[in-house]
Amino acid sequence: MFAYIVRRILYAIPILVGVNLLTFTLFFVVNSPDDMARMHLGMKRVTPEAISKWKQNRGYDKPLLYNSEAEGAARVMDTIFFTKSVSLFAFRFGSADDGRDIGHDIQQRMWPSLAIAIPVFIVGILVNITFALLLAFFRATYIDIWGVILCVILMSISALFYIIGGQFLIGKLLHLVPISGYDTGINSFKFLVLPVVIGIIGGIGAGTRWYRTIFLEEINKDYVRTARAKGLSELRVLFRHVLKNAMIPILTGAVVVIPLLFMGSLLTESFFGIPGLGSYTIEAIQSQDFAIVRAMVFLGSVMYIFGLILTDISYTLVDPRIRLS
Amino acid sequence: MEDNKDILLSVRDLRVHFGSVTAPVRAVDGVSFDIRRGETFALLGESGCGKSMTALSLLQLIPTPAGRIAGGEVLFDGQDLMALSEIQMRHIRGKRISMIFQEPMTSLNPVMTVGAQIAEVLIQHVGLSGKAVSERCVELLDAVGIPAPAKRINDYPHQLSGGMKQRVMIALALAGEPELLIADEPTTALDVTIQAQVLDLLAGIQEDTGMAIMLITHDLGIVAGTVDHVAIMYAGQIVEQAARKEFFSNTLHPYAKKLFAAVPGGHKRGRKLETIKGSVPPLNTKFHGCRFAERCDEVWPRCYEQQPRWLELQTDDDSHGVRCHRYDARIEAPHTVAPQPKTRLTEAQISREQKGEPLLQIRDLKVHFPIRKGLFKRVVGHVYAVDGVDMEIPRGRTLALVGESGCGKTTVGKGLLQLIRPTAGSVSYRGQELTRLKGEALRRLRSQLQIIFQDPFSSMNPRMMVSSILEEGMRAQQIGESAAERQRHIASLLEHVGLPASAARRYPHEFSGGQRQRICVARALAVKPELIVCDEPTSALDVSVQAQTLNLLKDLQNELQLSYLFITHNLSVVDYLAHDVAVMYLGRIVEKGPVETIMQTPRHPYTEALLSAVPTLDETSEREVIRLQGELPSPINPPTGCHFHPRCPRAMEECRRHYPAVTRWETGEEVRCHLYM
Amino acid sequence: MQKLSRQFWFAPLLILAGLWLLWLFVPLMLGVKPVMLWTDRLIVLLLAAVVLLVAYIRRKAPLREAWLQVFRQRRAMIALVVLCAFIVIGLLDSIHYRKPLPRSSGDAVQYSVEVLSVLDAVLERLRAREEKTYSAPFATHLYAKETVTLPDGRQVRIYPRLTHAGRHLADPQKDKAADIMRTSLQGVAGGVLLGLSLLLLLTRWLAWRKRQAFLSCWREIWRGASEIPWRSIFLTILIVIVSISTAWALSGKYHVFGTDKVGQDVLYLSLKSIRTGLVIGTLTTLVMLPFAIALGIMAGYFRGWVDDIIQYLYTTLSSIPGVLLIAAAILSIQVYIANHPSLFETATDRADLRLLALCVILGITSWTGLCRLLRGETLKLREMDYIQAATALGVRHFTILGRHVMPNVLHIVLIMVVLDFSGLVLAEAVLSYVGVGVDPSTISWGNMINGARLELAREPVVWWSLIAAFCLMFTLVLAANLFADAVRDAFDPRLREQA
Repeated sequence: MFAYIVRRILYAIPILVGVNLLTFTLFFVVNSPDDMARMHLGMKRVTPEAISKWKQNRGYDKPLLYNSEAEGAARVMDTIFFTKSVSLFAFRFGSADDGRDIGHDIQQRMWPSLAIAIPVFIVGILVNITFALLLAFFRATYIDIWGVILCVILMSISALFYIIGGQFLIGKLLHLVPISGYDTGINSFKFLVLPVVIGIIGGIGAGTRWYRTIFLEEINKDYVRTARAKGLSELRVLFRHVLKNAMIPILTGAVVVIPLLFMGSLLTESFFGIPGLGSYTIEAIQSQDFAIVRAMVFLGSVMYIFGLILTDISYTLVDPRIRLS
Repeated sequence: MEDNKDILLSVRDLRVHFGSVTAPVRAVDGVSFDIRRGETFALLGESGCGKSMTALSLLQLIPTPAGRIAGGEVLFDGQDLMALSEIQMRHIRGKRISMIFQEPMTSLNPVMTVGAQIAEVLIQHVGLSGKAVSERCVELLDAVGIPAPAKRINDYPHQLSGGMKQRVMIALALAGEPELLIADEPTTALDVTIQAQVLDLLAGIQEDTGMAIMLITHDLGIVAGTVDHVAIMYAGQIVEQAARKEFFSNTLHPYAKKLFAAVPGGHKRGRKLETIKGSVPPLNTKFHGCRFAERCDEVWPRCYEQQPRWLELQTDDDSHGVRCHRYDARIEAPHTVAPQPKTRLTEAQISREQKGEPLLQIRDLKVHFPIRKGLFKRVVGHVYAVDGVDMEIPRGRTLALVGESGCGKTTVGKGLLQLIRPTAGSVSYRGQELTRLKGEALRRLRSQLQIIFQDPFSSMNPRMMVSSILEEGMRAQQIGESAAERQRHIASLLEHVGLPASAARRYPHEFSGGQRQRICVARALAVKPELIVCDEPTSALDVSVQAQTLNLLKDLQNELQLSYLFITHNLSVVDYLAHDVAVMYLGRIVEKGPVETIMQTPRHPYTEALLSAVPTLDETSEREVIRLQGELPSPINPPTGCHFHPRCPRAMEECRRHYPAVTRWETGEEVRCHLYM
Repeated sequence: MQKLSRQFWFAPLLILAGLWLLWLFVPLMLGVKPVMLWTDRLIVLLLAAVVLLVAYIRRKAPLREAWLQVFRQRRAMIALVVLCAFIVIGLLDSIHYRKPLPRSSGDAVQYSVEVLSVLDAVLERLRAREEKTYSAPFATHLYAKETVTLPDGRQVRIYPRLTHAGRHLADPQKDKAADIMRTSLQGVAGGVLLGLSLLLLLTRWLAWRKRQAFLSCWREIWRGASEIPWRSIFLTILIVIVSISTAWALSGKYHVFGTDKVGQDVLYLSLKSIRTGLVIGTLTTLVMLPFAIALGIMAGYFRGWVDDIIQYLYTTLSSIPGVLLIAAAILSIQVYIANHPSLFETATDRADLRLLALCVILGITSWTGLCRLLRGETLKLREMDYIQAATALGVRHFTILGRHVMPNVLHIVLIMVVLDFSGLVLAEAVLSYVGVGVDPSTISWGNMINGARLELAREPVVWWSLIAAFCLMFTLVLAANLFADAVRDAFDPRLREQA
């Protein structure tokens, strides 16, 4: 088990290197720092001095890969690649365009993100499983058929409309909760309710339908027939036998996204004005703050790989057939 | 029906339909039978005849909404099961009638411990609780012969072998102390030696508890051994029913007679097997006459027009029922009897003596699969799938490779074809070393060595037409100058294997299992091979179809001087078809020699046990039955010394230490056993 | 030649070649300059691929059978009719040209820099009628007060009358409702007439195909007795045609969906968005498909180091959160486009390239799922007996891949393509919101929503752009989802969609 985890972590390194090379290429090779500076400062009236000042402020005035002017290790270390990409491995994210420390911002902003993402994740799974079990229990009846159609209809609505519609209905027409904003501590509750509820409702369609497929796949297996031949009631068959087996794909499918939860949700956070990592990312994209985007790309990959490792571990916990070796 | 109290289960005119209401598939079409208390009743039939559906419908476990019970009456101990609600049925299932299924691998819940699964029944039906539950679980596991049962109750199904799983299934079925046990092909997925163990176990339990068993099977041999009553099903109907003795001594229905004749065996060697032409009619047809008429050799014109009725013929001790016009006093035999087809039992002209130069020679073949573990995927062990096998196959002869599943026989076949690259050893074909051939040279030579697989459903690309399937090899090997010539060749191949020329323009799914196997034979023949590896080519087929395939293989051998490596676990097929036999156990050959000697005077204890475990049709032969204990060990960690010693009834101290060397006889046998050293 | 003409691809290719010529020559005859944007070319390619695929399927019995199973489902066929309506609009919007400018004598013909499409020509009445700013659906007055100088010289702040809607009404307050009713009735009547005649033609064709008398065919269809649910198809066609014709009749006199901030007709905008949505939904797939298939089955078939490399590639790509990768790539491309303005002749060219870039990047982020699935399936397939048999026959590896593996994983590709479609259409809207979607000058649902979102705070609310975009997008995505479901049920009901 331990050896397995160590190996998985070692495997993650080349992947992160790949991610880093890719972002480095996208940000510094496809377009030179000069291009970026020109873009930022406005295309027309830029002086070379303004460009070099812009570059110097951000540390983009170094050579890309190899610094022939420096000595010794600095030849490699004192380059854009080393300072901007390799340093990410030490989780040194540098500073944003406005001079703020990115690492510090991330630490601050992850909490509001989690405050929304965790309830959405947990309650969402429970709600979806409940509905899916209901459909599976009434399989091949009209309840099931129309339930699935309802799921497809829910799936066909863009997330944007869930948010806009929810804000409009609950916030603006009914005045139940504030439309957007955030507060700390217990006061944050009233700001969080709406985004969480919308997040859950938005996921019901796809989630329920997916879980229903899993349940139905299990229901057709031989061991379920055995359970029925024992004289167990349909509910008992569903809960003790089907649910237990179906939890394997459901749990492992869910575990992979757990680390990513803390990256926040782009849309929800920006619509509701919640100062989480999602809105942080979106603001960075919109203001073209490459340093933040790069940091978030790297962080996202780390979280994804972490999720994969967690998935493998969770398999061994829920499925007695699998032992890591 | 003289004593009604004696009757436990009475089924009358049971009908089960599948699919649409307008043109349903009549899986079970008017089945009636009685099972008495404490007896074993066998429902015999080929696949797809509706026997499993009959059993499932007794417990109302038909898969819904596809299937439905369309009519009939099931009286269990005087109670009409069809009238019971779902909730009332739950008190019957698992409590008064339990069931075990064919596939022990998938029939147990993989994420629940064995104990928990048995406990469910105890809590539900017996009303036990607390400590009594686990105590009873241990008792039950003990009763079905599971070693160290107190430890096993905390095991998950995957930790048990196939035979053990089936024992757990039986324990599960026994937990409610049922009056009737329905066993649906309980041993089909198991090896012969394990099959014998499980059948013994069932018989023993029946003796102890006095419950009735309804045994569903396709294997005539099993029926011959153990049952009291037999009913034969064909295309959704019971066509003959009688007590076992009566049935075996006085078989009436032409279908049943044919089934007996189609079973291969040593005494039929050198002759063609009796076959049943055609295949079972689809069950959504509307039958006007006898369902067997199309395939019957004794058919009367009447048989096509009128459905035969059920006839009860009184015999000495019991009734003997049959569904055939021939025995109907009301129906007169036609004056001009349809000409009896020429008897097919012509002597085949095999020159058994001629033993040519070996075509293929295998020396010390080893196929090991590495097991990797740890941080850097170091190789920590091997699966010794094939561990030093020697054999030769002469031209025009058949070598049968026999063994239980997991002994490595299929790996030998694929290893010699270089489909799996051997770890070590040599395979020489006409003096050419195959293991060293690569790329184009190997590709060229592949036309000489072909293979036929077990599963006729996965052995052909479902998206290709038969003509393209047959043409593929010819194109790859550049046989046939032009497309037209290849098409001619395809037509002649199809004729050769007994299929109409129109088959070329059809897709695999349009053919039955037996026909598919013929196409596979044709595909192999298309590249004009010298040797064909037949990997269990008949084990997925019904007896009647198996006979057709065996006949075909034998004919082709005579005609084209083909050599076969015939891989199988079915000893009766070996007896019929092979010239030489090699018995394999855990990656090594333990005995080999000419088929007559090995079948009659086996020397290795394993061969002996294997032969004695085969159920035989011949009741009179009172053989001494050797029951093997345990199961095939893991090839990762073979036992020290002789691999067979932990299961060997004649194991000695010596056997634990050294693997025995070869002992040779003048008759050509070679045995690896300390008994003969 | 005769042998050639029997090949399945021959007839379709002939048809396509003919279409291509038409495409080039008709504009020339009309005196306009045909323009082929990059996305247009790919659409033609896609069309060719679809036509060939259809021809291929028609010849393969098992495939035909599976498709018939799709066609027998009522829900799927209704969805398909709706999809077809969208596709027709999208295709009309993909034939582009530039109009000649009025020329001064002697000069060579100059062409306008404005790239138009056939759809623009059809919808000329919508495109050209711009108001000053917002106006509600069916409004006769502008949404905002304006200072207007009356004839007598006084200046007042009133809601001025619209320039292009309801001009014919003397007293809008009194007459509007009746006029709308009358116009829509005309539209409905026209639609029913048009629809019915189309259906009669269709029935005629069906009767001819089935060698049936026309009347009995007609009766069979309306009794719902036909194998393929023609009755539902007919009803859907009728509804689609009637709604188009009603909208057409009304749009001559009113702005059916109102106008947006700069006074453009919202109906026009939402119809123009269809092409953007379809392009993203389909071209993305077209771009990524070759890679996903080739890499997926090679990884599964060859295993070993080939598998290692391919797995590394897709794990790396899929480890980057999709939106961020897209954002990073689009930002880079934005910089690139901004720094190389000389590469693009017209603004449309530039917007088109960005659209294509978005497709490519979406493709790069979405091929990994399919690739993983195909790898898994190929791993299973390579152990199948028929592939072992092919190896034993001495068939070469790449022949095996093409003849045995590919055809047996195609159903997965198909299912994933139709399942992905709706997700991509939805993604466009989100990405446009984030600011990394299509060019702001491209008309798309995402841009419409993005623009309308800011106006939600206004009192009273400007809701119509949002609702118009929602309705069309929802209809398209729902139809696509329902159709995808049917396809999956027919080809592989066990294939689970990804989480």
